[in-house]
Amino acid sequence: MSILVNKHTKVICQGFTGKQGTFHSEQALAYGTQLVGGVTPGRGGQKHLGLPVFDTVRDAVRDTGATASMIYVPAAGAADAILEAADAGIELAVCITEGVPVNDMVRVKAALAGSPTRLIGPNCPGVITPEECKIGIMPGFIHKKGAVGIVSRSGTLTYEAVYQTTRIGLGQSTCIGIGGDPVRGLNFVEVLELFERDPGTEGIILVGEIGGSDEEAAARYIHRFVSKPVVAYIAGVTAPAGKRMGHAGAIVAGGKGTAADKYAAFEAAGVRAVKSPAELGSAMSELLRRRRARAARRAPAVPRPVAQPVAKPAARKTPAPGTGPKAVRKSAKKTPRKTPRKTVKKAVKRAAKPVRRAVRAAARTAARRTARRR
Amino acid sequence: MLFGENPPLYAPGQDFKSSKMNLHEYQAKALFRKYGIPVPAGRPASTPEEAVAAAEALGGAVWVVKAQVHAGGRGKAGGVKLARDLEAVRSAAAGMLGTRLATHQTGPEGLPIEKVYVESGSEIAREIYLSLTLNREKGRIALIASSAGGMEIEEVAAKTPEQILTTTVHPAAGLQPFQARQLAFALGLTGEQIKEFQHIALALYRLYQEQDASLLEINPLIVTRSGALLALDAKLNIDANAVFRHPDLAALRDPSQEDPMERRASEHELNYVSLDGDIACMVNGAGLAMATMDLIKLHGGQPANFLDVGGGATRERVTHAFQLVLSNPKVRAVLVNIFGGIVRCDMIADGVVNAVKNVGVKVPVVVRLEGTNADKAREVLSGSGLTIAPATDLTDAARKVVALAAGRAA
Repeated sequence: MSILVNKHTKVICQGFTGKQGTFHSEQALAYGTQLVGGVTPGRGGQKHLGLPVFDTVRDAVRDTGATASMIYVPAAGAADAILEAADAGIELAVCITEGVPVNDMVRVKAALAGSPTRLIGPNCPGVITPEECKIGIMPGFIHKKGAVGIVSRSGTLTYEAVYQTTRIGLGQSTCIGIGGDPVRGLNFVEVLELFERDPGTEGIILVGEIGGSDEEAAARYIHRFVSKPVVAYIAGVTAPAGKRMGHAGAIVAGGKGTAADKYAAFEAAGVRAVKSPAELGSAMSELLRRRRARAARRAPAVPRPVAQPVAKPAARKTPAPGTGPKAVRKSAKKTPRKTPRKTVKKAVKRAAKPVRRAVRAAARTAARRTARRR
Repeated sequence: MLFGENPPLYAPGQDFKSSKMNLHEYQAKALFRKYGIPVPAGRPASTPEEAVAAAEALGGAVWVVKAQVHAGGRGKAGGVKLARDLEAVRSAAAGMLGTRLATHQTGPEGLPIEKVYVESGSEIAREIYLSLTLNREKGRIALIASSAGGMEIEEVAAKTPEQILTTTVHPAAGLQPFQARQLAFALGLTGEQIKEFQHIALALYRLYQEQDASLLEINPLIVTRSGALLALDAKLNIDANAVFRHPDLAALRDPSQEDPMERRASEHELNYVSLDGDIACMVNGAGLAMATMDLIKLHGGQPANFLDVGGGATRERVTHAFQLVLSNPKVRAVLVNIFGGIVRCDMIADGVVNAVKNVGVKVPVVVRLEGTNADKAREVLSGSGLTIAPATDLTDAARKVVALAAGRAA
């Protein structure tokens, strides 16, 4: 399973016949994306890469039934292209273009409010559901279908997380680069919500950056609503204040948006916040191993339709789950009422210093459940 | 331009790589006048003689001579001088022109003063802070005002946040007069001042929109003894991504105020920021570049720079990038960290080998290449006959380069 795109998603390309549009359309086709055509005003009726070219997005949607668009038009026309996609009823617009004026995005964001169109980007690598659908500039071959959802503000750092989870064998459900600009479409919180709901996503890797307060918002959301294990990394611990580090969004201004603030927020939310980007894969692997081991122990009593454990016989042999606060909270919460008291006692014993933590965990769980019911 | 034949996604030569373009105070004030925002009479000058002539032309008995540099905190640093006669104007201008001004925003080396702005003196009854900039959380432009004018606004925000008044603007409606009035009343302005404040705020918003500003700041906006409002200072940053539609503003750019290394980098479409350490890095992608700096620090080293060669890196650009980081005399080791996606690793390796051969390299180089054509790249490096330390992964790369910079074996 996946979020946002899959093998049935019909995709068009805006800026289709341009250099970037052509190159990345070829790449998408080679990956197996259902690219069904493209848009270049004035070239309607022609063929490009063996696919129909349309003058307007409306024409393309009418004739192809496309629901997603990848946008490679130059910065000066990017806002226009996004709004044209929304006007044509495109459900998912992915804007790869770098260098879109901020004031343009302020207007786009306001115009999209209340519209059913979801926007990813601009200035982003795009979205990929491995082995099904690639919309963007990421290298397809490093991905592998699997269990981890990845969301990131950075391009190459996303690839880093992808590569590690592929090598470890976990694979990815869907990977989304939300882009490095200060005003953008989807944010961490919206993507986290989708991952939490997706049964195919077992764990989530979040890669943030200095600047803004989106990571802090993500941490609050995770604390309240996300039951799946989350590993986070924040780039820019060493970045000096007031200096912009490549992404328009990556700047520490007025002492706000520092990496230290963001790490503190994640740690307070029970997220495994790693200090090195090289540990993203291994940390996720460890958290999932524990989670799967718990699920396997519980499996006979309570079959769970959600979050199917990719049954690993070896999982049972792994040593007892850790005793960190997160593990405790999870075990306390996941223990259904029907479970024999013994199991509960065991879980409590495992937690070593359990009582206060368990009480706090139970309170948090209750709060979360109430919130979800709402 | 919009949908031309094969339009480039990143137009060459355009300064997409820095977020903003700074304007000098005298340039911003010229724009203020155009928009009907009241400013004191003033003239720029490049020599002490010009400064005296400017003061004479302005008339009056009190002038202010202000250093034109792209930095705040000029007053405290001696970049703003009051002059009560023409001789004082001359000596103030002579004392500034041709020197460098270091404020808390510039670093110890400071910025060169090539122009001064001579302005008629004003009688200040009260100082207000007023600015427009992006509120990231809301994705909207915010109008910000404070009674604590003339002070560092970051300090005010940290110590007395209740003194900061703010309102955000819906882009479809634009800034409304009532929003300006709310702030004006909250600031304690009265009578005609309310109307005047409203006029200034609306004009500022129009300027912000029409000129694609990213920051517009008046600190202080003063109430004169006679009760009128006057913009005593003016700070205007333009969104560099929007400069393409403002050729007149592009002409106002002053390269003398930019870091020479960073300027050289932007000429080659490289994204470079100077730092204080001794380990140079060359990375593709801004996020990975920041992460690489963090890794160096995590393993006990200090990065000498941030450098993102970008997604569309060519062999030439990589060569330039490598030469650029090596031109920093503090550098004691280099780390190349590339995750090849669209960028092919073998092309990067070619660029590195080319650069090392061109400039000669006396410091150790550690290279970590992963992704597209990584195997080919390793062949290129090992076949080059150069002593380049390969790294197996991120952690290994960071450890090696930190050890080498400290003079230890990797």
